[in-house]
Amino acid sequence: MSQINQSGWKPGTPMAAKDAGAHPTVTGNKALMLEEPLIFEIGDSDTYGVDLAETHTDLPSRMGDFARKSDIGLPGLSEPQTIRHYTRLSRQNYGIDLGLFPLGSCTMKHNPRLNEKVARMPGFLDVHPMQPIDTVQGALGVIDELAHWLIELTGMQSVAMSPKAGAHGELCGILCIRAALEARGDARKVVLVPESAHGTNPATAAFAGYTTEDIPANADGRVDLEALKARLGPDVAAVMITNPNTCGLFERDMKAISDAVHEAGGLVYCDGANFNAIMGRVRPGDLGVDAMHINLHKTFSTPHGGGGPGSGPVVLSEALAPFAPLPFVDKDADGNLHIVEEETVGEEHGSSFGRMTAFHGQMGMFTRALTYILSHGADGLRQAAGDAVLNANYVLRRLDDVLHAPFGASGPCMHEALFGDEGFAEGLSTLDLAKGLIDEGFHPMTMYFPLVVHGAMLIEPTETESKDGIDQFVMSMRSLAERAKEGDEALKTAPHHAPRARLDEAQAARKPRLVWTAQSE
Amino acid sequence: MARYFTEEHEWVDVEGDTATVGITDYAQEQLGDVVFVEVPQAGADLTKGGDAAVVESVKAASDVYSPIAGTVVEGNAALEGEPELVNSSPEADGWFFKLTIADKGELEGLMDAAAYRAFCDDL
Repeated sequence: MSQINQSGWKPGTPMAAKDAGAHPTVTGNKALMLEEPLIFEIGDSDTYGVDLAETHTDLPSRMGDFARKSDIGLPGLSEPQTIRHYTRLSRQNYGIDLGLFPLGSCTMKHNPRLNEKVARMPGFLDVHPMQPIDTVQGALGVIDELAHWLIELTGMQSVAMSPKAGAHGELCGILCIRAALEARGDARKVVLVPESAHGTNPATAAFAGYTTEDIPANADGRVDLEALKARLGPDVAAVMITNPNTCGLFERDMKAISDAVHEAGGLVYCDGANFNAIMGRVRPGDLGVDAMHINLHKTFSTPHGGGGPGSGPVVLSEALAPFAPLPFVDKDADGNLHIVEEETVGEEHGSSFGRMTAFHGQMGMFTRALTYILSHGADGLRQAAGDAVLNANYVLRRLDDVLHAPFGASGPCMHEALFGDEGFAEGLSTLDLAKGLIDEGFHPMTMYFPLVVHGAMLIEPTETESKDGIDQFVMSMRSLAERAKEGDEALKTAPHHAPRARLDEAQAARKPRLVWTAQSE
Repeated sequence: MARYFTEEHEWVDVEGDTATVGITDYAQEQLGDVVFVEVPQAGADLTKGGDAAVVESVKAASDVYSPIAGTVVEGNAALEGEPELVNSSPEADGWFFKLTIADKGELEGLMDAAAYRAFCDDL
């Protein structure tokens, strides 16, 4: 591994020959590609970036034993130095506003600027959750209207809006299931999860106190219905299924699965992370789903991946609706909106399992998601799902002659295309291809997931990518696939053009250095 | 000393009533660079096929199952600071845990080295 990566580049550090290229510069900068040290390595702690008035007080410190005994050692930077530092670093970042971000399962679609404009309107931006209720009727109206859209799109009975991300939503759904089972005096112990599930599914079930068991997949990449039926019994609380699943396939037997689970007295949780593929076309409620979280930050285009918080409302069936968490927004007979909390909860919701958040949820995400929904309309949402599936199938069929597509024969894929590393030359791996993709100017795809495919590459172009954009990506992927199959040695050390060469990920995970300390030169 | 293998790519060394368990060279090769290992505490009762340890690599996190039932005598404390032992010495220094065998009859269903090699060749 390159020395440069281990200590961080500093001004004056000689560039390794291979990084300097044919025309090395003394600064390490390459024209507009600027090198940047860590902030602690700029300036020193004896200088100050601002001129504070001297204070003369005789007031004793009230910190007692907590008073700082040594210097904190923060670098004293001026405002322009600080701004340049972070701006330079931001130019080394890759985001959805720069190019295709094909992370499978993550739905890195474009975040429309209209969402941002609406979310920044003062009436939405400046509200506080403890404001008098009659002053925030508009904000509550957003939550209420979004809730109705989510219920309508999923064909469910109600929705819990407060969960703050996908996994938080999963926990909410499983806690509803547990509350419903306990309410009927039927404490079951096991949650069944398919092999191809998101890793958060078994983690959620375990966190809620259940033991988890795998359900095998059939050769098609779908849940083995017979194996599932054989395992169902009086100890199975729930089945957690992702549909479309992480192999990018629609679970065609979903209704039969739900019926079998219900017949055995269990409940069905659907991981809705992939709802983007079926929105406006299939209603999970019609498939017998009892609870499903919706990632507003995926399907409904609110920013994520460093750009903003997640939001994971959970839609619930009639069987689970009474157990939904507090608080939630409700409308009285006069059309006035209010918030139902512990003090005001009526009999209808008396069996709520409790509370997952202090307040009503991610207001900023609600505003953006509703903007997305209203600006698309029902027909637009339906088309977005169709285009997402079309784009993924285009990727699948443009690449399946150069890359192994393990489920290519299982019919069209949904919103993501899955490939494996079969046929790569000895010593070349999915990781190498992904690093090569960085050199090509793309964020890598999801790698080594799902686990059921060797060297998995899961690619989700989303509906917001143009055909030209996908064609460029396909061109890069075809070239990289050929290089991987030919055993191109240069691919093993990619990326070669990134601000840093290949990082030692194993060392970073085994011996992370989380606190900066001055290194002797 | 007899060595047995499982289809889950674990090896079991048996010495008297004590079994030492680890993951095979094939398993570490598939996992890639191991970055974290959680081994069971001494005194833990393990069931055959039940969760015993967790191994995390740069690619994935996986459960390690106990090939046979028994009570844990010792987990390999060295793996806490040096998880890379699983890569460098999977079938010796990178062992996961030792347990007191509950039922030696359970060893009968496991593979010997030749059978395990044939099993891996078919994968």
